[in-house]
Amino acid sequence: MKIKQAYPYWNPYIVGVGIGLLIILSFVVTGRGLGAIGAFNGVMASLVHAIAPEYALSKAAFSGYLSGVDHPLRDWVVIEIAGVCVGGLISGVVSGRFKFEVIKGPGISKVTRLLFAFSGGLLMAFAAKFTRGCTSGLALSGGSVLSPGAWLFMISVFIGGYSVAFLMRKLWN
Amino acid sequence: MELVAPLKYSMQIPEVTLLLFALLTGIAFGIFLEKAGFGNARKLVQQFYFTDMRMFKVLFSAIVTAMVGIYWLSYLGWLDITQIYINGTYIWPQVIGGIVFGFGFVMCGLCPGTSCVAVFTGKLDALAVFAGIFTGLILFAEVEPHLAGFISYSSIGDISLYEVFNMEYGMLTFLIILVALAAFWFAGRVEERYSRKTS
Repeated sequence: MKIKQAYPYWNPYIVGVGIGLLIILSFVVTGRGLGAIGAFNGVMASLVHAIAPEYALSKAAFSGYLSGVDHPLRDWVVIEIAGVCVGGLISGVVSGRFKFEVIKGPGISKVTRLLFAFSGGLLMAFAAKFTRGCTSGLALSGGSVLSPGAWLFMISVFIGGYSVAFLMRKLWN
Repeated sequence: MELVAPLKYSMQIPEVTLLLFALLTGIAFGIFLEKAGFGNARKLVQQFYFTDMRMFKVLFSAIVTAMVGIYWLSYLGWLDITQIYINGTYIWPQVIGGIVFGFGFVMCGLCPGTSCVAVFTGKLDALAVFAGIFTGLILFAEVEPHLAGFISYSSIGDISLYEVFNMEYGMLTFLIILVALAAFWFAGRVEERYSRKTS
């Protein structure tokens, strides 16, 4: 029986150069690089505002996104990340990798995986508020324009990651 | 004709055009991330077990490419570097935040950008990452007033790394290229060693 094979991944250096050229193009056209967590901030601010407008406006973390004349979703990073979702979907379908599944190591249950995924997302969102950016907006884009904070952040992410990797090995391998 | 980038200012590009550009840029970014294998948490997190260093390779080759391109565009006078956005530096919030971000990264295997690719390729674990991110943002909004002091602590402003080191822009760019080349070679060796061990 023949199992449908997914197309192979691209060479990481080719992808890296491609993303690098994309960052150059973005700086040339708009004066800024790529981002990701900013889109979550915008979406979250507009969600909270839709459910509880007074609460949203009373919190500094949300009100900053709601004070402009434009809707918080009419924003460069939000639209860019919408594009990332579309691009990921197209590439996933075309490459035969679109599949509803829970990605995890063989030794843990799905519930454990989801709990850790949730906690990891929570920590990253919280941390990105302190760092003022994530891997895309700070490390990639800030690193390219030689922001000292971007390089400090990048080094710290690797230190943090490697320091818990052994503890977390059962999740993955 | 003098036409200096960012074109947003020099050509006065209308906002709708910029948003369309954002969408197209995002689509290309999403395709690259998916093709790199970053829609799969288990693949991405192998970086931290030395078996597949593609996260490092992609991140650094992207930074080096963009850094060199931006340097040359600025050197030739085609890009006005004073008009581009350079992320501000807040030493301790970015160091501590970076370490915590690293913990989170290994726990969920994705970062905010790659979690979008994972969700849109059907990976249900990434939905839990989304939920975690949204919960984190709510929690942060609640505790922010108590943390305001630390968040803006140790700011050194929007200066550049070559100013910190008191170096020429081009010289630092060149040194980073050398370090990156050495690191790529090293990453290849590490991978070879650890994948042989596991196979």
